[in-house]
Amino acid sequence: MKDVIVIGGGAGGLAAAIETHQSGKDVLLIEREEFLGGILNQCIHNGFGLEVFKEEYTGPEYADQFIESFLEEKIDYLLDTTVIGLRKENDVFFVKTSNEKNGIQFFRAKAVVVSTGSYERTRGQISIPGDRPYGVITAGSAQRYLNIDGLLVGKKVFILGSGDIGLIMARRMKLEGAEVLGVAEIMPHSNGLTRNIVQCLNDFDIPLYLSHTVTEIIGDDNHRLSKIKVSKVDELFKPIEGTEKTFEVDTLLLSIGLIPDVTILDDLEVEIDQRTKSVKVNQAYETNIEGLFVCGNALQVHDLVDNVTLESQRAGQAVNRLLDKGKGDLSRSISLSPGHNLGYVTPQRIDLDFKQEFITLSFRSSKKMEKATCKVFQNDELIFEKKLFFVLPAEMETIQLPFDKIKSDGNISVELEVKS
Amino acid sequence: MKKEFICIVCPRGCHVSVGEDMNITGNQCPRGKTYVENEMTAPTRILTTTVRTIFEDQPRISCKTDNPIPKELIFEAMKVINHIVVDREISIGDILIENILNTNVNIIATKPSRKKE
Repeated sequence: MKDVIVIGGGAGGLAAAIETHQSGKDVLLIEREEFLGGILNQCIHNGFGLEVFKEEYTGPEYADQFIESFLEEKIDYLLDTTVIGLRKENDVFFVKTSNEKNGIQFFRAKAVVVSTGSYERTRGQISIPGDRPYGVITAGSAQRYLNIDGLLVGKKVFILGSGDIGLIMARRMKLEGAEVLGVAEIMPHSNGLTRNIVQCLNDFDIPLYLSHTVTEIIGDDNHRLSKIKVSKVDELFKPIEGTEKTFEVDTLLLSIGLIPDVTILDDLEVEIDQRTKSVKVNQAYETNIEGLFVCGNALQVHDLVDNVTLESQRAGQAVNRLLDKGKGDLSRSISLSPGHNLGYVTPQRIDLDFKQEFITLSFRSSKKMEKATCKVFQNDELIFEKKLFFVLPAEMETIQLPFDKIKSDGNISVELEVKS
Repeated sequence: MKKEFICIVCPRGCHVSVGEDMNITGNQCPRGKTYVENEMTAPTRILTTTVRTIFEDQPRISCKTDNPIPKELIFEAMKVINHIVVDREISIGDILIENILNTNVNIIATKPSRKKE
């Protein structure tokens, strides 16, 4: 039996595996692709690592830093292997895997770290009316085809959604000779990082249509995309009559959001947070099931891989602590929820007997705010506050809440306020 | 002519204007002024892309310019990069094209060849 099984060999899984192995644990990492590094392999643009390494790396370079240390540690791992089942019986996790050569296998472990990343929302999730031709594809899939396989998916492209992957792909396809006609965003503000709006769209004169959406998809006789219709929307996101534009395109890229991929936990009775669309965890990234940890984009969608690494290292440290010291009495816990101006907050629970100097709270604001103060209330009493310079829904924030400020009972609410 | 920029030095994203007399307004800190001055006079960018390989299990290897190149040379540089084919094992940082377009900038690999087991 293994001490720890890590599911997923991307940025999160590599960091958690290294962290636990360095403390002497017997670790197995399982990756479904034929290579380690996860999504970083296709993120060939730069801007990674400014926080962790104080350097600007491309995605593959950032991944390589961790792949090298992972291989040096001589940690066990399986590639091309998919986890198809996960259950727990009498304090032991059973991980069922499928691989072309080895068939179905079972592995047992005392603890499991789920770092399975996120998946992209598709056309079905936003119900765009019209035909169902070839040529409508998520931005991340197009990115994989282009940057890993060398295949350009189209020559005349429109992009729906201003998520970062869509913006990065607008530039990338333009560089490879495609015509990029525009990006439509239903919200009145962009969902991507400002530097991507500037360097991916403005640099290449690609128009960004804010408060616009695709209202119809039209295919030709061969079931290939030929046209899309785009309209301006009102405050209720309803298309405004008379604002319709038609674009002749062969490709529509969708960059309409990411959702944590925790389908692997379907057989376990985990508590779900409707806001993050993932599981609820405590300050050690442990779910309500003892020994089951979730981190990285599988827990909450991050903007920066640096934050995935740091979070997964903390999860690895928590696994070590559980295995070294046992669970202790974790019956005393309080819950954490987002208050005014917060989209979500993690963790959702604090176990009072799991003491540490600071608890890292991660959250997103629900609107753009300048000179905001993050306030932490317990039983309506202010227990901690921190000034934040500038917050945007598109950028996740973290604060360190000192453990000794937390009282032994009463639930916690985290809010953002602007001093008037 | 008045020109508009969005500063990308920090997440605030100031909208900075440059007037006809070259006076810069709208920046809330000195870094914004420096950013816009560079953008006005000699904008440069790191270019990241991929090169072809002869390896069936890894048809593309990612690469970048090891220093920023003038923005107006980006498409010309792409043409040069799309002409080469990698036919040897490489490591991160290996030079794939030396001194591209006489810029004193090299194209270097950002991914190693996949290790054969």
